[in-house]
Amino acid sequence: MAMTDPTPEGRFGRFGGRFVPETLIPACDELDKAFREAWADPGFRAELNELLNSYAGRPSPLTDCHRLAEELGYRVLLKREDLNHTGSHKINNVLGQALLAKRMGKTRLVAETGAGQHGVATATAAALFGMECVVYMGEVDVARQELNVFRMHLLGAEVRTAMSGSRTLKDAVNEAMRNWVATVEDTHYCLGSAMGPHPYPWMVREFHRVIGDEAREQCRALTGGDPDVVTACVGGGSNAIGIFSGFVDTEAELVGVEPAGGAAIAHGVPGVVHGSESFLLQDEHGQVTEAESISAGLDYPGIGPEHAHLADIGRARYENVTDAEVVDAFQLLSRTEGIIPALEPAHALAWMSRARIELAGKTVMLNLSGRGDKDAVQMMEILG
Amino acid sequence: MGAERGTVEGALRARIDGGGKCLVPYITGGFDGYLEAIQAAAHAGADAIEIGIPFSDPVMDGPVIQEANEIVLAKGVTPQSIMDEVKDLEVDIPLAVMTYYNIAYRFGLERFAKSLKAAGISAAILPDMPLDEVGPWAAAADDAAVETVMFAAPTTTDERLPRIVARASGFVYAVGLLGVTGERDELAASATVIAARCKAVTDKPVLVGVGVSTPAQAQEVSRVADGCIVGTAIVRRLIEGQGGPEGVGALVADLRSALDQC
Repeated sequence: MAMTDPTPEGRFGRFGGRFVPETLIPACDELDKAFREAWADPGFRAELNELLNSYAGRPSPLTDCHRLAEELGYRVLLKREDLNHTGSHKINNVLGQALLAKRMGKTRLVAETGAGQHGVATATAAALFGMECVVYMGEVDVARQELNVFRMHLLGAEVRTAMSGSRTLKDAVNEAMRNWVATVEDTHYCLGSAMGPHPYPWMVREFHRVIGDEAREQCRALTGGDPDVVTACVGGGSNAIGIFSGFVDTEAELVGVEPAGGAAIAHGVPGVVHGSESFLLQDEHGQVTEAESISAGLDYPGIGPEHAHLADIGRARYENVTDAEVVDAFQLLSRTEGIIPALEPAHALAWMSRARIELAGKTVMLNLSGRGDKDAVQMMEILG
Repeated sequence: MGAERGTVEGALRARIDGGGKCLVPYITGGFDGYLEAIQAAAHAGADAIEIGIPFSDPVMDGPVIQEANEIVLAKGVTPQSIMDEVKDLEVDIPLAVMTYYNIAYRFGLERFAKSLKAAGISAAILPDMPLDEVGPWAAAADDAAVETVMFAAPTTTDERLPRIVARASGFVYAVGLLGVTGERDELAASATVIAARCKAVTDKPVLVGVGVSTPAQAQEVSRVADGCIVGTAIVRRLIEGQGGPEGVGALVADLRSALDQC
């Protein structure tokens, strides 16, 4: 069952590829080879599954939301990635990559983070495996997510502030790549989304495929069939590609939701940054423009290349929502279901709330990619 | 256009055939005084000049060139404005641009190659375009008779290296160390190693860049390489206002005389 694998060059249709300095190409080749071998090795898969179950708390439940359904006028199923260890789906990918890094003999992890969820997850995996860990985070994000900065310190990671450019996720990726260029011999770049140079978009998708695989079985057991719509928020797009993987060969409509201020599919044009060709927010001269969103985790001007491809071939559609709609959705889920969502998945819920007429009578599955604890301080200020 | 500038590879080969070592300074395009700095560098003995077209996300560059990029972008400098200014510049050595793939991609690869040629710029250096992705650009560049410089890194495998140098035109850019552009106190041991590896598999000019900033380092690396590229040391002088274009000329003259003693 499945999503199409990329070409050997890492292409999903016309998107993807490997646009990084020559220094990193051998490392990408080595990673590609190591991942292919590990992913085909039942021993590696068993070890990862054991970690996902006994350490991260998988499988995550599927919650049938009765009060929210009443409010919205259609059935809502939440895939509860917020209940994973470290509070988001990010742990699936980092456990996979850290295990792979160990297998490759790497002793150090470098990562970028936006909201801090991937940074915390990487720091967690590094602590678990006894690896050194450096996380780059934009200065703007360090200020708005100080709790996650503290968590990373507790976990033994070094957090380095990215001071260049827009000082958000995009620049944290630049700094992480620059560091990787200098440390590639002993360091694995633990990239946090389904983006970057090949094999990252594909590998990250495969590590998150567990979300979609579980959700598909859980949905069939619960409802006797597949959902009509599967939706998820999209920054780089890792949680969305994970859940879409379970449903791409079903009749379910796939809907990715971006922030209005970072809607690469709606407002971007094809471009190349951070190692791959995809839709990208940029000016007429090719300078990458800054995304603006209430959510640090979606504050990204690009999108993973496989999403660009799914949009290109019409298999998935991409909507975008405003910060104000997100604030409403954040409160809606808290009030109706007793679940405080992260601001990122609140984007998908905001679209669900806006599209209630279109969705009437359907069964809609939302990937609740993270919990809202990290956003409580920010929301306290917004809601007064 | 100014004087006939020739090709980068032609100028470098002439220097090498005369028993000399090549010097290619890098100067960020659009920076205050950059046109005068290019002329000063040419007069001080540069064999060709690399002109940076700024990009918002320069992943191969360290803090100094990043800062120059940001300063220039804030002024509203564009790829076209740099090409327009360079076209009319009186300078009789060949010019190259160094920028990132998205700049050329957004411009349109064919249009970018033709525009470079029309501006009297003979070569392009795109550090985030590895051999694996060179196809579409190479087709456009070859068609417009623009030289495509290729990178060889300390991590490049022996299997890959001959294919990289075979695709290169202008020169082979040997990356001197594991890291981004910037000044280092000492020349990395990897600099002469990668130069020797490249020289063993090609007759094309092999220049080392990244981590080469002083006359002594230029001299040391050029005992093995055909020459070097110096960027950050020059751009830092422009940023810090150390003598402006004359300061650039003085540094290039020092580098030139060190290389002439190789």
